[in-house]
Amino acid sequence: MSNVWRYGDDINTDMLFPGKYTYSCSKAEQILPHLLEDLDPRFAADVRPGDVLLAGKNFGCGSSREQPALGLRAAGIEAVVAKSFARIFFRAAINQGLLLVECPDAVDAFREGDTVELDPAAGTIRVGQRSFSFPSLPEEILAIRRAGGLLPYARAKLKSRHKN
Amino acid sequence: MGKTFAEKLLARKTGKDSVRPGEIVTVRPDHLLSHDNTAAIVEKIADDLAEFGVANRDLHVVVLDHVVPASTEKDAENHKAIRQYVARYGVQHFFDVGAGVCHQIMVERGLARPGALIVGSDSHTCMYGAVGAFATGIDRTEASALILTGQTWLRVPESIRIELCGGLRPGVTAKDLILSIIGDLGADGANYQCVEFHGDTDRLSIDERLTMANMGIEMGAKAAVFNVDARTVEYLKAAGVPPDRYQPVWADADAVYAQERTYELAAIGPVVARPHTVDNVVPIEQVEGTPIDQFVLGTCTNGRTSDFELAASILRGKRIASGARLLLLPASREILKETMASGAMGALLEAGGMLLPPGCGPCLGAHLGVLAGGERCLSTSNRNFKGRMGCAKADIFLASPATVAASALHGSIRDPRKEVRQ
Repeated sequence: MSNVWRYGDDINTDMLFPGKYTYSCSKAEQILPHLLEDLDPRFAADVRPGDVLLAGKNFGCGSSREQPALGLRAAGIEAVVAKSFARIFFRAAINQGLLLVECPDAVDAFREGDTVELDPAAGTIRVGQRSFSFPSLPEEILAIRRAGGLLPYARAKLKSRHKN
Repeated sequence: MGKTFAEKLLARKTGKDSVRPGEIVTVRPDHLLSHDNTAAIVEKIADDLAEFGVANRDLHVVVLDHVVPASTEKDAENHKAIRQYVARYGVQHFFDVGAGVCHQIMVERGLARPGALIVGSDSHTCMYGAVGAFATGIDRTEASALILTGQTWLRVPESIRIELCGGLRPGVTAKDLILSIIGDLGADGANYQCVEFHGDTDRLSIDERLTMANMGIEMGAKAAVFNVDARTVEYLKAAGVPPDRYQPVWADADAVYAQERTYELAAIGPVVARPHTVDNVVPIEQVEGTPIDQFVLGTCTNGRTSDFELAASILRGKRIASGARLLLLPASREILKETMASGAMGALLEAGGMLLPPGCGPCLGAHLGVLAGGERCLSTSNRNFKGRMGCAKADIFLASPATVAASALHGSIRDPRKEVRQ
């Protein structure tokens, strides 16, 4: 069964991935041991694919470093569900293909021991016995996720441009 | 119905008559900035670069500033890979170690201009709003894609209008003003939005505007902008950019805002942001006397000539407290030269300061002034997050250059109004 990792408001990117490592760790296998190091020392060892991360408002604020989004995706986090996201992290998550769900009601509804189940296609999230819907993203952005992230998306565009 | 700065600039950049908040637009930025992270950015696309090359040789500005000079073998290898990329693909705007912090270089060398659209793989890219550019932070992967394609998407932001009335009192600085605003709005108070500063902005120097725009991201802002005035034009001329090289944009008088606020500048006093969030702002009276181990004067937020002159006016002919460490971090080589010529840097060294090479220094915790557990730092930089200066058990307080200088004299937080010569 998947775990739910619960954190508070204004979780910044220094807490998700310390700045002192940003120029020595850029690949997934280098990032994973330090993920959330200054926020929750248990996380890196215990996170499992399919786990969900739940947070308050302004998740991912601060530095533009992409290791938090890249690392959470590589760790197999199914989605980050938060009351709101900081904008650079929001873009970084789209670019890495990490699913973000902005749903304050779902975050408030969560009680210790609740299971969290997502249906991204339907735009619904189930917390314990309650179900909530979350808004879809604009088509331009969904196209990036469908391609598997920004670089595969950009490559496909470049290749078709060079063929013509 | 009038338009905001962001609506007018993004309409111009997309070739449309008008755009609306919430709309997604495709844009071709005037410049893309990256720094030491350029190594990781180009590594992702090494094969694509070999096949397709760069979209535009004028686009990319590369400044080595974060860990300079290299502190480890890995940093040195990164710098070497970046120099090879610059040479191989003919990147036209490259500044090697020692030039200064990327954001200062963008403005000082005239690369950030009024009406320009600039994206940077660094969150404090928003600083160029001080000279009327729409400038915003992106991640590394987006920078990689931009190098190849030259284009990206932006959501047209809503805007917040902040009216500034009157002038600041002696001993109070633009840093106190922007920290006060962030304290009021909160760390996400301007999330996804463009902050426009209106009113008596002509009373603020370009240095002061740079400090304020730099910190826009600390309230979540996508961009933070000032109108172009005679002071901007003069500043840009000195940077080698005559007025016929740019087209300023500014909001209409009847533009529509998500929020409007007014600040009487004479009512602002010195403030301090306590650990571990930038919006944890209190009047200095509440923290006066807090013992401090390390003082940081400088960075891209407050490392300009006027900041060092202000600090020197307080510390000249005096000595910092026994046991206090005062780090001096000029934002660029040009600033270091200016402050050496004016005598300000000499006065700060005589007072017991230690000079670091122009760059990011201890601000991101990688080198040059990492804190130990239980230590406290008072800094003019822009972030006090837990672990930011390399140790999660240390406390970082943020304040103005006047407050840092006055506090260094006493080894504890001190109201600068008690030290400034009236």
